[in-house]
Amino acid sequence: MNIISEKLLGIYEAFYNAIVPERRYMAYVNGLKVTLIISLFAVLLGVVIGVVVAVIKVCAAHSKSPAIRIPGKLCDLYITVIRGTPLMVQLLIIYNLIFTSRNTNPILVGTVCFGINSGAYVAEIVRAGINAVDSGQMEAGRSLGFNWLKTMWYIVLPQAIKNILPALGNEFIVLVKETSVASVIAVNDLTKNAQYIGSRTWDLIPPLLIAAAIYLVIVVALSRLLRFFERRLAKGDRH
Amino acid sequence: MIVTKQLRKSFGKHEVLKGIDQHIRQGEKVVVIGPSGSGKSTFLRCLNLLEEPTGGEIWFEGVNITDRRNDINQMRRKMGMVFQQFNLFPHLSVRENITLAPVKLKKLSKEAADERAMQLLKRIGLSEKADAFPGQLSGGQKQRIAIARALAMDPDVMLFDEPTSALDPEMVGEVLSLMRELAKDGMTMVVVTHEMGFAREVANRVLFMDDGVVREENEPEAFFSDPKDPRLQEFLSKVL
Repeated sequence: MNIISEKLLGIYEAFYNAIVPERRYMAYVNGLKVTLIISLFAVLLGVVIGVVVAVIKVCAAHSKSPAIRIPGKLCDLYITVIRGTPLMVQLLIIYNLIFTSRNTNPILVGTVCFGINSGAYVAEIVRAGINAVDSGQMEAGRSLGFNWLKTMWYIVLPQAIKNILPALGNEFIVLVKETSVASVIAVNDLTKNAQYIGSRTWDLIPPLLIAAAIYLVIVVALSRLLRFFERRLAKGDRH
Repeated sequence: MIVTKQLRKSFGKHEVLKGIDQHIRQGEKVVVIGPSGSGKSTFLRCLNLLEEPTGGEIWFEGVNITDRRNDINQMRRKMGMVFQQFNLFPHLSVRENITLAPVKLKKLSKEAADERAMQLLKRIGLSEKADAFPGQLSGGQKQRIAIARALAMDPDVMLFDEPTSALDPEMVGEVLSLMRELAKDGMTMVVVTHEMGFAREVANRVLFMDDGVVREENEPEAFFSDPKDPRLQEFLSKVL
């Protein structure tokens, strides 16, 4: 009996030390802020890159003109390179090679790098979503006098979003978790701050468990939010 | 109004159109019939370059639209098209389906386009469906709205690609009667169809296509009562 209560007390103290002294809870809050900022802007950047790349690829697949086939090849190369190399290596390369100036903002580097990385995956998701829209929709738009790009924008993409959303949500969730890698370029995100607290208290497990719990809460909340949006979109669909 | 000169189209090695010379005049109603695989839909789809011809020329209102220097998007605004599968935009309401092109292509203001859409809906007897979505409509209603959508751009010619082939039999009539009204109002029409009754009644000229060529053309009375071409005789004996 005594042994069990001693153990419990020990666990309580370990978590207490990981949270309360020196206002350590603020480290989690600040780390969470950084994680969310990087995730949010990387997602936005990834979606913009992904949609542009996907539209170029779809257009290139239907055209013989070199003016669009060459950008199409470049997009293929981008996707191959990004998907074929580890995220952490990309992050280190971009941090050390491209942003070499002294006062580099590591949060910005992280955001740009995760955005570029995510864009490659989003592009393939969006491309699949566009291809799933009936080709008659493109024909109907063109027959009314819309050019290819306007038909894509007004008619095809809005319908593609519904196909894309579940896979895109998955990509968001992966991205939020992957931002933990940003700690290797000195970004004080949630993971980095948890490690820092562990180094102060000489007990790494409690802060890491706390960080894991916070990631879990974000991911579950995101999944709920996405399911809500999917249901909203499905309402307009009465086939 | 539309002139085709030695119009050819191949898909890979397979030649679908083998040189078609046609002249469709203002106000004319031309009906194209023929067995499936004869190239009649391809011919129609070439007229607004949904299929790009591999040879020959197409002139529309004095402009060579097969010349790449001419903006096909401008020309298509004057050529309405109705598809077998309707191709309404499922993410937009009926009203938005009709107003999208006139508004986004800066032909009409939002208000004017809405007003025009309501006029068109009234004309086709579907005013109460303005805020419905395509998924809530029957096939016949969808096709009538697809016709209204094309008319909203005030086209000079309407192209119909088997407009009743995807419909349940009881809905064919409502679409054909709308097309009959359009014809009566003087619209230039090119119609690919299997509806021989419609061809006989509405057409000024009927074309019989088989194997990528126009094998016979005539005004409907003589076309149906006195076919010359043996393939046409055989075809008519099967469908009539």
